[in-house]
Amino acid sequence: MSDLNQALAEKYQGNFLKEVIDNVEEGDMVRMCMQCGVCAGSCPMGPHWEHTPQKIFMMIRANKRDEVLQSDSMWMCTSCYNCIARCPRELPITHIMHGLASYAKRLNLVPKEQPTAKFAQLFWDNLAKKGRVNELKLGISLYFMNGFGEGIKVAMGNQKLGMNMLKTKRMAINEAWGGHSVKDKSGFHAMLKKAAELESAAIEAHSK
Amino acid sequence: MSDEVKIGAYICKGCDLGNRLNTDQLEMIATREGRVALAKSHDFLCGEDGVKMIQDDLASGEANKVVIAACSRRAKTDAFSFEGVPTSRVNLREGVIWVRPETDEAQETTQEMAEDYVRMGCAEIKFMANPKPSEEQGTNRHVMVVGGGITGMTAALEAARAGYQVSIVEKSDALGGTAGQLYRRAPTRAPYADPEDTGVEPLIQMLEDDAKVTIYLNSVISSTDGAPGRFNIEITQGSDQLEIISCGSIIQASGMTPYDASQLTEFSYSDAPDVITQLELEALAKAADGGPIKRPSDGKEVKNVVFVQCAGQRSDKEGHLSYCSGHCCNTSIKQAMYFKDNALSSGTDPLDIQTTILFSDLRTPGAGGEDFYRSGQDKGVTFRKATVSAVSKDGKVSLNDLILDEEDTIDADLVVLATGMIPNSGRNNEREDELQTIKTQLEAEHKEVPQEMLDEIAIPVESILNLNYKQGSDLPQLVSGFNDSHFICFPYETRRTGIYAAGPTRRPMDTQQAQEDATGAAMKAIQAIENAGKGMAAHPRSGDLSYPTFRKEGCTQCKRCMMECPFGAIHSDEKGYPQYNEARCRRCGTCMGACPVRVISFENYSIDSVGQQIKACDIPDEFDEKPRLLVLACENDAYPALDMAAQNRFEYSAFVRVIPVRCLGSVNTIWITDALNSGYDGVVLMGCKKGDDYQCHFVKGSEMAHVRMSKIADTLQTLNLEEERVAVHEVAITDIQRVPELIDDMAKVVEEIGMSPFKF
Ligand code: SF4
Ligand code: SF4
Ligand code: SF4
Repeated sequence: MSDLNQALAEKYQGNFLKEVIDNVEEGDMVRMCMQCGVCAGSCPMGPHWEHTPQKIFMMIRANKRDEVLQSDSMWMCTSCYNCIARCPRELPITHIMHGLASYAKRLNLVPKEQPTAKFAQLFWDNLAKKGRVNELKLGISLYFMNGFGEGIKVAMGNQKLGMNMLKTKRMAINEAWGGHSVKDKSGFHAMLKKAAELESAAIEAHSK
Repeated sequence: MSDEVKIGAYICKGCDLGNRLNTDQLEMIATREGRVALAKSHDFLCGEDGVKMIQDDLASGEANKVVIAACSRRAKTDAFSFEGVPTSRVNLREGVIWVRPETDEAQETTQEMAEDYVRMGCAEIKFMANPKPSEEQGTNRHVMVVGGGITGMTAALEAARAGYQVSIVEKSDALGGTAGQLYRRAPTRAPYADPEDTGVEPLIQMLEDDAKVTIYLNSVISSTDGAPGRFNIEITQGSDQLEIISCGSIIQASGMTPYDASQLTEFSYSDAPDVITQLELEALAKAADGGPIKRPSDGKEVKNVVFVQCAGQRSDKEGHLSYCSGHCCNTSIKQAMYFKDNALSSGTDPLDIQTTILFSDLRTPGAGGEDFYRSGQDKGVTFRKATVSAVSKDGKVSLNDLILDEEDTIDADLVVLATGMIPNSGRNNEREDELQTIKTQLEAEHKEVPQEMLDEIAIPVESILNLNYKQGSDLPQLVSGFNDSHFICFPYETRRTGIYAAGPTRRPMDTQQAQEDATGAAMKAIQAIENAGKGMAAHPRSGDLSYPTFRKEGCTQCKRCMMECPFGAIHSDEKGYPQYNEARCRRCGTCMGACPVRVISFENYSIDSVGQQIKACDIPDEFDEKPRLLVLACENDAYPALDMAAQNRFEYSAFVRVIPVRCLGSVNTIWITDALNSGYDGVVLMGCKKGDDYQCHFVKGSEMAHVRMSKIADTLQTLNLEEERVAVHEVAITDIQRVPELIDDMAKVVEEIGMSPFKF
């Protein structure tokens, strides 16, 4: 457990709802969930999660801090937005899921070997570099996510698909050397840094 | 106008009646068999011309009684109402052509149906006189309100503002009742977001300032006598009789008593000072007056409060209340808001005070209920669907979360139990009689009387009205000790005419509902006064001038009428003869149906007015293969259902003849034996639903009829007839599809068992 996690847990002792409202993006909407279960029934990933969004929201209000933050649930959200479209109380469920994931990551509580978390990290690193997603590199790093041998195997398996994508210009081979970028790369990096600082400072402050 | 009876029969040819039926033939039947003075047809009888034709005949003295053969008696009532003229309605439209197919084969039986109905109308009219107001009328524009809580106060104010004199009798030393003990109440108007002022203080002020209102504190009613329009009420204070007040009607707003929470040992109520009831929290909130709410044990500011819904309610456990008290979910939301709102106003983050409502079903009735719930969530109140198994002395709440499906505990500073309300409904005379009868019987048999029974008998219950009625001292009770009234169809109406129950004495409710109730009851009380003054009936035959009388020479003093009258309208005189209180009577006719020697009748509804219709029908002989079925249908629900079936063109057997009755309770068994004796093949009775969830407009009428009819089997046996020939059904007004089926079912039964042997 990280020190930050410990500090926050102590600070909000027994009042996890308040912790979520203070620290999780759009977490204040958690209190408005009326437990109708529509999101749980709408989620295409529903059967594969430990807890449905409905349950996650109830658990937050029932002070189930560890169970929520350590669960794989919010990591399974595919951002399909089915639940947001249907929630009668208009909760930004998808965003809350991502907010929770991000908070759990900051507190170092992501389940070990959670593939979706790994992928999210790859995606972020890829994007943060130049402000644009480099699909070729993202694809390759994805193949090699679980080691070299495995990567070769997966790459071989997808060989035909890759060739076809190249032929139809769905994939640009020159992306392998450098790739495209936003105009003001350093400005972009400065922006990310500032945002990260602000976020950390806010959470840091809440932990005191 | 001479005394000579001159019946005018008018047959309508409109609405396709002229095409479907041979109206010349109907005219002839009216004249030859019905022996009417004149019979006329008209193309459009309910139109101006048609009505004028009838009015002219009445004015010239050609006719002084009228038979209208047209549509149902429930249609065109305005056109066919001739003041002071007895009128019989023959239902040829909904009763005949609309329920029969328009085919050549059907023509003969359809025409026969119409002819019979004309015969029946002509027979009925001979036994109908114009009802005159009773002799006992008196108008007393004074309303007595029993109970000075929010219900009683609102009722009093409403009646006073309508110009009526009001007396309020309150047992305690102040007005206000339970509502007066509240800090705030759940909101009654948009946006339904925050608790609002109870409004009790200004209400008390308005009553004190109103010259039409007299308030009696520390007082009870020691005796109530009389009938609507002329009640005499004795008010007593301590041991002193204060005054005798005569008034026209009474509103009983005796309120409720909180459930005794010490019975909930699993919630440590008696052992833990910080486990309290909702009403006790109101006192804490009043004391805090907007500041932090402190718990009773050590005065610590409450940081974590848990509300346990349905504590001892909606449960079939011994000693628990089986019902929902209706207000407690909204009350808990309101009280959780006390904590949140007070935190905000004292500069604390409301999120730092945890308020959890544990419910198994959250019920927030009323227009604003959902908004109020949402506002509670918005303020950070946590709702958990859970059952609570125990609360320990130090406030540990053990629960089973029904969403997360797991056991859990909450360490609370304060636990609030949502315990229910118990009606203050006076003595349960019916139960007392029942217990006494069993006890006497057991003692006579030298058997031991069970202890619970002795205990129950020993609990003293104070009467609220102290009625000097043969039928008991208080309003009858329905379920769970609440004073009788139909929750939906006719609230406030009790089985004691002119006495209206309002507020939590008739069903569990919150203050807003109680005020709505009070307004309704005040209107009813006013109507009762005005109707009584004119000698008219109250609900449901409001405005009816007819009332029952009995032929003393025939009466055997059997007391059946006194026992069966659902409204306690009949007293007995010194000799044991019935003594009618017309103003208490609702004109249901149950007494008429009950009387074994058939001496009770109304001017326009009697054993003969129906009996002669039964006999007027033409009964074809056995070999015609045309059975005859009699349907006696309650005019409140079954008859309208038949009309609506007709509007939908649902067809039924052409062999049936339907007679509407005021209430199934008014059906005298003689009608059935007469019908069977004269060759009817089957009899179907249709009345309203009986029992605790009754729909009978006369509350007990249908039930009485069912009891009476359960004995009809013996009669059938002596006649050597099959039991299946008589059927009794409970019918609701919505049974539009079912009523034709019930008729056809009887037709099938007759087909199977064969025709009656009594055809001559
Ligand atoms: S759909 Fe919305 S209100 Fe319903 S359970 Fe899901 S989050 Fe709650
Ligand atoms: S956005 Fe996420 S939580 Fe919502 S339905 Fe899709 S996968 Fe489920
Ligand atoms: S039984 Fe009905 S009609 Fe007869 S006295 Fe009672 S209320 Fe009146």
